[in-house]
Amino acid sequence: MVDLILSIYEIPIINILVKIIAILVPLLLTVAYFTYFERKIIGYMQVRIGPNRVGPRGWLQPIADAMKLMFKEIIFPSGANKILFTIAPTLTIATALAAWAVIPFGAEMVLADLNVALLYILAMTSVGVYGVILAGWSSNSKYAIMSTLRTAAQVVSYEIAMGFALVGVVMAARSLNIGDIVAGQSGSIWGWYMWPLLPLFVIYFISGVAETNRAPFDVAEGESEIVAGFHVEYSGILFAIFFLAEYANMILISIMAALLFMGGWLSPFQGVEFLGLGSSFLAGSSIVWLLSKTAIFMFLFLWFRATFPRYRYDQIMRLGWKVFIPITIVWIYVIGIMYYAELAPWFIKG
Amino acid sequence: METIVFYVFSAFMILSALMVITVHNPVRAAFFLVLTFFSSAAVWLLLEAEFLAIILIIVYVGAVMVLFLFVVMMLDVNLAELKKGFVKNLPLAVIVALAMFAMIFMVVGGEQFGVQNFAVPERHAADYSNVSALGQLLYTEYVYSFEIAAVILLVGIVAAISLTLRRRPNTRHQKVEDQVAVKGADRLRVVKVESQPRKHTIDNAEVKK
Repeated sequence: MVDLILSIYEIPIINILVKIIAILVPLLLTVAYFTYFERKIIGYMQVRIGPNRVGPRGWLQPIADAMKLMFKEIIFPSGANKILFTIAPTLTIATALAAWAVIPFGAEMVLADLNVALLYILAMTSVGVYGVILAGWSSNSKYAIMSTLRTAAQVVSYEIAMGFALVGVVMAARSLNIGDIVAGQSGSIWGWYMWPLLPLFVIYFISGVAETNRAPFDVAEGESEIVAGFHVEYSGILFAIFFLAEYANMILISIMAALLFMGGWLSPFQGVEFLGLGSSFLAGSSIVWLLSKTAIFMFLFLWFRATFPRYRYDQIMRLGWKVFIPITIVWIYVIGIMYYAELAPWFIKG
Repeated sequence: METIVFYVFSAFMILSALMVITVHNPVRAAFFLVLTFFSSAAVWLLLEAEFLAIILIIVYVGAVMVLFLFVVMMLDVNLAELKKGFVKNLPLAVIVALAMFAMIFMVVGGEQFGVQNFAVPERHAADYSNVSALGQLLYTEYVYSFEIAAVILLVGIVAAISLTLRRRPNTRHQKVEDQVAVKGADRLRVVKVESQPRKHTIDNAEVKK
């Protein structure tokens, strides 16, 4: 029996399918409970309790929400383009999930070990903006189209800053492969790229928040100005898909920040002399480290949302073009200098 | 398998390219152009040019076409107006189109780019990296043309900015640097008011007694 299962697993397509399911099912569960934690954490920050009615301590709340959205009617606005109206959320979720194909969860745990993984993720996030554009345009609604224009400009602007921040990482690691980038940070906690690339690290994460249209950059939704933005006309499962894609993208940005700047699955205790921690089991590389680092960034997303008021639109544009892009360009020169100075432990030539 | 993938994406590419010029709505035409770029990126992937394929998607699909759509959505294109001179200008248009086609055919036609002129590209080993191969070529053999392209782009940037950066003294606009530099004291005046006992409450209390 076991042999049979193993032999089935050896078939390439089955093998890949199993791996895809092994990534997607935990991802979707994380998304579901991320929404729960968002409501709980923001609730506590605002001295409220948050959801606590469905199931013990409200643990079944995300399941109830999902069921409700699934069984609600999908309403097509009059004059809407039905085909494009349904393609839009599909495109959004497809790109949001496809980006996860190249994310490594350990030195050997990766579905697609691409040489250009970093660029692939950038490409997927930039294609994702079409979902928003299509949704806004096909809804035949003024609010939706306004949100579309805002999003298009915002995402394209912050993509540049994000791209330059990633150029810094690529210069330091001399590879576009995420596994190689993590391997380049090994040694100790001081080997992580967040230290020499600190400005790029901060810019990467802030651009990531802007790219996913989250608070304080959520002018695409801007409920006080344009109701709910591009998905104002969406209901039921189509709306749920937009929601899912947004949260999957947030987790993607978080895990990328952990992989590129905070050593991914490497342990922070690596190479620590104190109390012999460096030789204990704590120093081993493990997916637990990667996930806990990701959780830090996911928490930051929620913290931002509870703390900052929404940016004004012209301030968003100014921050992206006049602050972030110049800083990243200057820091790319600084990396060049560090590279020639062979600054240890990051820029030792192999 | 590879042949099937190639034909599927090529068919997609040609079909969507045809749709770009036949579809009536300009926004839909732009979306079909996106599909064309996407399919050509897939064909490049088959040629093991993964860097070029993904850059095509990032630059053209992710940035250029988004801005293009941005403009097309804002414009109110009147189709009837556009079609008015169609019949009158048809002969001239046909001649120009044929001339263009002939020129393009002579430059990139079967004579120069036919299958017989090229050997079948050989498969690279698994550790072949398109990125480093391109980098090697760009920064050694073709470094001058690369730099010339960079300078041309820079000139383009400067030209575009200087076109929009004209002085308009009569318009009102925000001075962001002033807004950023503002301090709390510039906007908010804290008035010190001496505390004093509330007279009425004392009176009421005495009345109640």
